[in-house]
Amino acid sequence: MDLNYTPRQQAFREEVRGWLKENLPAEKLASYDTREGFEQHREWERKLFKARLSMVMWPEELGGRGCDLTEWLIFEEEYYAADAPMRVNQNGQLLLGPTLMEFGTEEQKKRFLPRMAASDDMWAQAWSEPNAGSDMAAISSKAIRDGDHYIINGQKTWSTRAIYADWAFGLFRSDADSKRHHGLSFLMVPLDAEGVTIRPIKALNGKDAFAEIFFDNVRVPVENRIGEEGSGWHVAMATAGFERGLLLRSPARFQQPVRKLIELYKANQEAADRDPSIRDAVMDVWSGAESYALSAYQSVGRLARGEKIGAESSINKIIWSELDLKIHETAMRILGATGELLSSAPQSTDDHGWLEGFLFAQAGPIYAGANEIQRNIIAERVLGLPKA
Amino acid sequence: MDFTFTDDERAFQDAISRFLMTEAAPEALREIWETDAGRSPDLRNKMAEQGLTALSIPEEAGGLGMGDLVWSLMTQELGYYGIPDSLADTAYVSAGLISVLPDSVSDRKGWLEQIAEGGVRVAIGHPVNPLVADAHLADFTLLNHEGEIHAVPRSLIDVEQNPSIDSSRRLCRVMWEPSSATRIADAETGAPIWDEALNRGALSVAGQLLGLAQRMLDLSVDYVAQRKQFGKPIGSFQAVKHHLADVASKIEFAKPVLYRAAYSLQHGNADASLHISQAHVACGEAAHLAARHGIQVHGAMGYTWEVDLQMFMKRTWALESSWGDRAFHKARISAAIFADDAPLGPGQTFGRS
Repeated sequence: MDLNYTPRQQAFREEVRGWLKENLPAEKLASYDTREGFEQHREWERKLFKARLSMVMWPEELGGRGCDLTEWLIFEEEYYAADAPMRVNQNGQLLLGPTLMEFGTEEQKKRFLPRMAASDDMWAQAWSEPNAGSDMAAISSKAIRDGDHYIINGQKTWSTRAIYADWAFGLFRSDADSKRHHGLSFLMVPLDAEGVTIRPIKALNGKDAFAEIFFDNVRVPVENRIGEEGSGWHVAMATAGFERGLLLRSPARFQQPVRKLIELYKANQEAADRDPSIRDAVMDVWSGAESYALSAYQSVGRLARGEKIGAESSINKIIWSELDLKIHETAMRILGATGELLSSAPQSTDDHGWLEGFLFAQAGPIYAGANEIQRNIIAERVLGLPKA
Repeated sequence: MDFTFTDDERAFQDAISRFLMTEAAPEALREIWETDAGRSPDLRNKMAEQGLTALSIPEEAGGLGMGDLVWSLMTQELGYYGIPDSLADTAYVSAGLISVLPDSVSDRKGWLEQIAEGGVRVAIGHPVNPLVADAHLADFTLLNHEGEIHAVPRSLIDVEQNPSIDSSRRLCRVMWEPSSATRIADAETGAPIWDEALNRGALSVAGQLLGLAQRMLDLSVDYVAQRKQFGKPIGSFQAVKHHLADVASKIEFAKPVLYRAAYSLQHGNADASLHISQAHVACGEAAHLAARHGIQVHGAMGYTWEVDLQMFMKRTWALESSWGDRAFHKARISAAIFADDAPLGPGQTFGRS
């Protein structure tokens, strides 16, 4: 065990910090759940890409830097400490990207990954269906083979920012007679294809944050399939693993709001201390964020030693989603009676976006596999308890 | 940057675990705990033969020269197998205190050698604990008089025993007269030494609590996989599963907190006290939940004397408030993180050196 950064790691930290200081947008970008904000975030992603900072862990030929996981943690720490914009293309970059690297053909990697790193293509997910949520194997959308194409019919839902995105990826039933997790294929679909209709769904924040996607005889070439025909479930499980795992929710994402929460508490201490449990809640989330960061460094060390992280990633998902909720709930308690005011309200005292974060935190225990499902996975695969 | 243990360190932990599994089975512990002394010279000798008493004794005094990090693995095993206070108090906390005493303390090296050989029991009376564990049979007790450190032989103290709900505990009120003959450090020299002893005692308890949490989880998993109701193992019911999944999560995320605290103490990190208090609270919460959910999933069996779960629950409830209760450690966390120069935010994870 050695908890010192190497000179090389320190130098990388300095470089990232310096670059962000020079290049951060002067004004806060609009919400990426709006068309205007989405495009502003795309521009920011392009700037990151030009500095080879959009996907630091990807190899140099794909526009990355070939960083290891420790350097990635350092990058994330500097990124969040600088209050840099949210990453708009994470569904592509963090979920589909690693899937393509593991299961994609050389041709697919060349075609999709550099454009994904540069955010020339923006990606949405197409997993859930009206009757396939937590029970994803109940998928019924079909992709039936017709020569060198699939013909897709069906409906997907809860696709984050799909009305602004260029592509979607997801699971479709390629064997019409198959059941459950058999006979599914993993396909990438251009959202401007004929027969695709996208209807926005207004989220809790009143913005078109997600959407339904309808497929009406949409023709997709066979070369848009990842992995073998019928083995989509296997490919998708790897994607779900990445999603729950470390990359999507780096520890810095929680350590930075905790720092701000402590500032918020200190600035409003007299009012907050009328309820002594607020101070305790602040201490609790401080400990939670630290613990999540320490666990991340531990996982990175284990991966570097060649160990695998399996079903424990379900524990991770529960921890960060409940931590995020508690951080924002505590902030709202400190803001008290002005907490309900939108940031545009003249009397708002919320200069960090606590309300917006509070709303989004409500979704954490639901998306990426509901926490009840994660607890089942922990009980069955980590503790070895019998299936129901 | 590498926040993992070496294969050798892991193998060491496994070896300790295998040894204690055979030598400290619950039925053997119950017998020992029912005796007046509550301790077994036989078990103690076997532990010394395994080198457990010599772990943190410097090599020049016949020890293995290991630090707090290795002890953070060792204390988890002590907790898991319910080993009473005397071993960690002697071989870890007291040994740590003695090894930083000034050279003028002529007995220092001799004491360390005796601890390494397993020939001496040392009790420690830190003011944070109202009573002294195992002073009744310690060869000598380290005591605090207005900040001074005194090493007081058994013949110069009177003890009044205070029975605890944890049958493994032997808590003593110690009555003694300070004198220049027993004083081994003045108050000025003693202050940082007592502070470090408190941190080490709290870290020792944190590790034991985490081990206890794991033991209670393992006992509970075994029980719910076997116990049937409605024609099925109760472990197949979601409500039961979720209780135990929550315990597993708490344990998993308390572990790296314990390891950072151990590293910070071993390396003299400026934030060591903060990290140790965080570990005491996090490991205490994991153990507390493991006890609560453990007894719940055991049903009425968990409320009996017969089922072993009770031994580990009671030790948890006792240790949670030992070497600083939760209020003490939360007050230290509070003072540190609300300070103007607190190490907060991304990039400060490993504190200031």
